[in-house]
Amino acid sequence: MIVTVDRERCCSSGQCALIAPEVFDQDEHDGTVLLLRPEPGPELHAAVEDAADHCPCSAISLS
Amino acid sequence: MTSAAQTPTELRRLLPADLVERAGCPFDPPAGLTGRRGQGPVQPLRLANGADAWLVTGLDEARAVLADTRFSSDRVRHPDATTDAEPRQVETRDDGMFVFMDPPEHTRLRKLLTGQFTVRRMRALEDRIREIAVEHIEAMKAAGAEADLVPAYALPIPSLVICELLGVDYADRDRFQRNTAVALDSTSPPDERARAGLGLYTFMGELVAAKRAAPGDDLISGLLDLPDNQLVDIALVLLGAGHETTANMLALGTFALLENPGELARLRADPALLDTAIEELLRFLSIVQMGVSRVATEDLTIGDVTVPAGATVIIATPEVNRDPAHWDHPDRLDLSRPRVSHLAFGHGVHQCLGQQLARVEMKVGLGELITRLPELRLAVPADQVPLREEMLVFGVHSLPVTWS
Repeated sequence: MIVTVDRERCCSSGQCALIAPEVFDQDEHDGTVLLLRPEPGPELHAAVEDAADHCPCSAISLS
Repeated sequence: MTSAAQTPTELRRLLPADLVERAGCPFDPPAGLTGRRGQGPVQPLRLANGADAWLVTGLDEARAVLADTRFSSDRVRHPDATTDAEPRQVETRDDGMFVFMDPPEHTRLRKLLTGQFTVRRMRALEDRIREIAVEHIEAMKAAGAEADLVPAYALPIPSLVICELLGVDYADRDRFQRNTAVALDSTSPPDERARAGLGLYTFMGELVAAKRAAPGDDLISGLLDLPDNQLVDIALVLLGAGHETTANMLALGTFALLENPGELARLRADPALLDTAIEELLRFLSIVQMGVSRVATEDLTIGDVTVPAGATVIIATPEVNRDPAHWDHPDRLDLSRPRVSHLAFGHGVHQCLGQQLARVEMKVGLGELITRLPELRLAVPADQVPLREEMLVFGVHSLPVTWS
């Protein structure tokens, strides 16, 4: 799994940082997504998919 | 506040009564919504003023509308069927009512605030919120074995948390809470409500002036580049969005738990359920009844329905969050239900700015209450709990409880 994020689309809901904190964090100034692990291990895949589904601005892409 | 701020309230008055009154179970969507089940996820609706609107009841369709900014939130340039106003061509919006703006104007203001509401910052507030919650539970216990949970607990918690965020001095908090309580209470006489509303407006103006003179590390002090009127608007938006909503989730959430004793017992036995329990209560109760609407800026398609330019599209959140395509037995409260993206905080660029704060407030507020008052129960029959049916934000006017 390769994760990419679009910080222009991001609206700083914090859903990803809440659901998959091992993979996503938030910029302390504007809350936009920070990608910690672009290639998370299989144990994190379910949480990352969940985070991508919860993103209100479709800022997370998985491939 | 600008007249645009009144829009959801106006919309509420134009809806057929059966779409907003909860005649049966206080936790289920209004009968007019459940009665329309099977009629498709996007349904035409005639408003009381004769205007046509569309009601969205499917989760996929609601998400599609809210993710598409061609469905506008800008009630100045695109007034909807609920407002008599003519569309206005304005160069730039100079108010601070960002909830009623579209990108890029909305984006600019929202981005100034989002850093203040990150998951990390909200978790850092957890201890302070716990102090506030415990303080109020102890006060209830000290005063006897019975209380109305709304004024004793549900309202003061979000009110004091907003004071912390906005940097309201301790000495001014009584005045702030008094005005807020009256201004937001639909049972107050109209002239008192108007006076309290004006009082809050004045209060925020004075607060902004005080922060300009002596900035602190609060939210307003971080936004002093904005003009005063925008700062006052923003402070009032945060108050309006963060006070009633959380208060009603605390009170109605407690009511729902007390009426589902099996679920409450599970939660008490396994506090690790608290996170999913909060998401489930948000989904199940969907207290923002009919406040979310958009205006189509061109002919647009939702699912297989085309709505014309200018159409008002109303998201029926309580019903969307019971979409059987996404939840098994959606009418059942199940605190261990796997997390499914619900619409209680909305979706798209306007999704609730304060949602991470709301989660912490609910987790701490409900968690402390059920732990510290193990004998908590209703002090009146459930059918005598007064419901906020006429309000934009659903909940209870009061919740008499006892714990002896």
